[in-house]
Amino acid sequence: MNAARQYIELYESHVEAICRHGSPVMNALREQAFSDFKRMGFPTPKHEKYKYTDVETLFSPDYGLNINRLSIPVNPYEVFKCDVPNMSTALHFVINDTYLPARPVPLPDGVIAGSLRDNAEKVREYYGCIAHTSSDAIVALNTMLAQDGFLLYVPKGVVVDCPLQLVNILRADVDFMVNRRMLVVLEEGAQARLLVCDHAMNDVHFMATQVAEVFAGRDSVFEFCEFEENHEQTVRFSNLFVRQEGNSQVRLNGVTLHNGVTRNTIEVALVGRGASLDVGGIAIADGREHIDNNIFVNHQVPDCVSHELFKYVLDNEAVGAFAGKVCVSHGAQHTEARQTNKNLCATKGARMFTQPQLEIYADDVKCSHGASVGQLDEAALFYMQQRGISRDEARMLLMFAFVNEVIDLIPMDALRDRLHLLIEKRFRGELNACTDSARHYQGALSPDNGETERGLQELKSRQAKRKGQAGLDYAKARKELQELKCQGCNICRQ
Amino acid sequence: MLEIRNLHANINGKDILRGIDLSIKPGEVHAIMGPNGSGKSTLSAVLVGHPAYEVTKGSVTFYGKDLLSMKPEDRSHEGLFLSFQYPVEIPGVSMVNFMRAAVNEQRKYKGLEPLSASEFLRLMRQKRAVVELDNKLANRSVNEGFSGGEKKRNEIFQMAMLEPRLSILDETDSGLDIDALRVVAEGVNKLKTIETSCIVITHYQRLLDYIKPDIVHVLYKGRIVKTAGPELALQLEQRGYDWIKEEIGE
Repeated sequence: MNAARQYIELYESHVEAICRHGSPVMNALREQAFSDFKRMGFPTPKHEKYKYTDVETLFSPDYGLNINRLSIPVNPYEVFKCDVPNMSTALHFVINDTYLPARPVPLPDGVIAGSLRDNAEKVREYYGCIAHTSSDAIVALNTMLAQDGFLLYVPKGVVVDCPLQLVNILRADVDFMVNRRMLVVLEEGAQARLLVCDHAMNDVHFMATQVAEVFAGRDSVFEFCEFEENHEQTVRFSNLFVRQEGNSQVRLNGVTLHNGVTRNTIEVALVGRGASLDVGGIAIADGREHIDNNIFVNHQVPDCVSHELFKYVLDNEAVGAFAGKVCVSHGAQHTEARQTNKNLCATKGARMFTQPQLEIYADDVKCSHGASVGQLDEAALFYMQQRGISRDEARMLLMFAFVNEVIDLIPMDALRDRLHLLIEKRFRGELNACTDSARHYQGALSPDNGETERGLQELKSRQAKRKGQAGLDYAKARKELQELKCQGCNICRQ
Repeated sequence: MLEIRNLHANINGKDILRGIDLSIKPGEVHAIMGPNGSGKSTLSAVLVGHPAYEVTKGSVTFYGKDLLSMKPEDRSHEGLFLSFQYPVEIPGVSMVNFMRAAVNEQRKYKGLEPLSASEFLRLMRQKRAVVELDNKLANRSVNEGFSGGEKKRNEIFQMAMLEPRLSILDETDSGLDIDALRVVAEGVNKLKTIETSCIVITHYQRLLDYIKPDIVHVLYKGRIVKTAGPELALQLEQRGYDWIKEEIGE
């Protein structure tokens, strides 16, 4: 209860400041959220939903919070280059939990992509409607502390062709907690695609909680893709709630490339006939990383379809957990629900816990669930070696083939190609400390270029260690940095 | 090129090879025949370095190098190729990616630059013709959903791509219909040069009608008990193995 205590005290002593800097709509739910959190405290491993992730311990450290919303001088446009070539997106940034006013990208009339603070009337109607604070302590904690977030609103019948991209950047000099919100509303017949990328910039411990609510109106189409590319010291608790009206089509893809501890909770309610849902997930973990995906799909009405496919590749001592539950309510006839979780444990030390579950109260349905945990196919490895492919390369090809099935479900071509590349790099161990990201963000790291330089060297040295190379080429790193400085970043120039 | 001396090997503690001596020179085709369970497939597996088998005694040199101390992939780079009796299906790995990795790793071993995408595809096209392998198969996952005949054809296609110095064909004729057998055998013959050699493991004379052996060996209980010219295969076809067992006093 100690970890909960510190957040209760924090709230009690700072509630005035939290509210002063929070948006009124968000303030309205704060007290209720606080009393819910106080009642529940953090879940323990005795809670079935949190059996494999030790919440209390993860929330125990003393993280800093930016309650007074001091502005952090970052101009991400100067330093961020999209990692997905051949895909032009309407780019938006959230630094920690603060939405940065976007450069105007022409969007169809009536579409809002911006801060939760600026669009009170729209937000009021939906905020907190499906992310209930009464049943999940982390949702309650987020609701009581969150002050800003991202809103995407697409009015009736509007199709947004250009994919939207939201880049979440974690930026702090001390161990830091961020509470983010996201709200997506697609009215009847609306269509949109949203790509969310999570990045951590500094080498400190981050704790990020995020709650996202997605309302998919009748006949709407929503494609959502989320990348996590952080570092080992980042803990992320994400709660995604989706409500689907009749004939809406929603596709959710989550890719965890790198993160210390990830807990994703996804709850989808299919409330209108003919709604269809696809959920795809890739989780890649090594070292002592921990990835826990908890999915609940609730078929409340007849004639809905849901497909889930999650694949994990666990190396070293990594731990993975998957719990997927599909509930088919009374009368939800002609439901089609498929749930698959396949996992590769590449080492003896890697552990996977999987619980695919079905709860069915209707009698005319097509439902299946399956899970497997296995190792790489030795016969295939040897076959490839006989053809001259080294064992490491053969392992890589097999792991890549394993997750490919999920990547191929992603409809955006450019993104799929990019993901192929990123995952290949990840398996080759080249993505652990992505110098590309450092390049993109280096101006944002700090006005102090000394820090940037140290950071870059640190990255290089970590990469070198991972590759088992002795020593490290400081001169080369410095030269690269010189080249970077020439790219015209304002902060560097100063 | 290949010198096998007094080779002993076991699997899970069970002795399978009990003193094999075999010498193969460049350009030669050797057929190895023998009753089921005599150790034919074990011999091929041991030569390519299958991890399940343990060599307990003896030596194998390949062009003067100690083969047994090499990793399986390096044996391949040195020019040893096994056409598997049961080719493995690798779902999700495309033939193109698989072959590109194999060809380029071999080139790296030889100190050559990797092939460009267009050079590689040209090579694929060229070699595909050798075994009349359908383009559709080349674009699929390795062996996945291939028929028995297609799998064997695919083995010979890979052999064409890698241009080995010594190929071991482990019951390449099993599961093939008459036409496929001819195509596969013709493929092997097309790839044959005066420098390259072949070990053909088979139960039947039919394959040897196409791939003419210079020398025929009979493997029995882990030893080579008889070696003769091509006429031996015909004799075995007619008379079976009993007379050989008698000859060695069983």
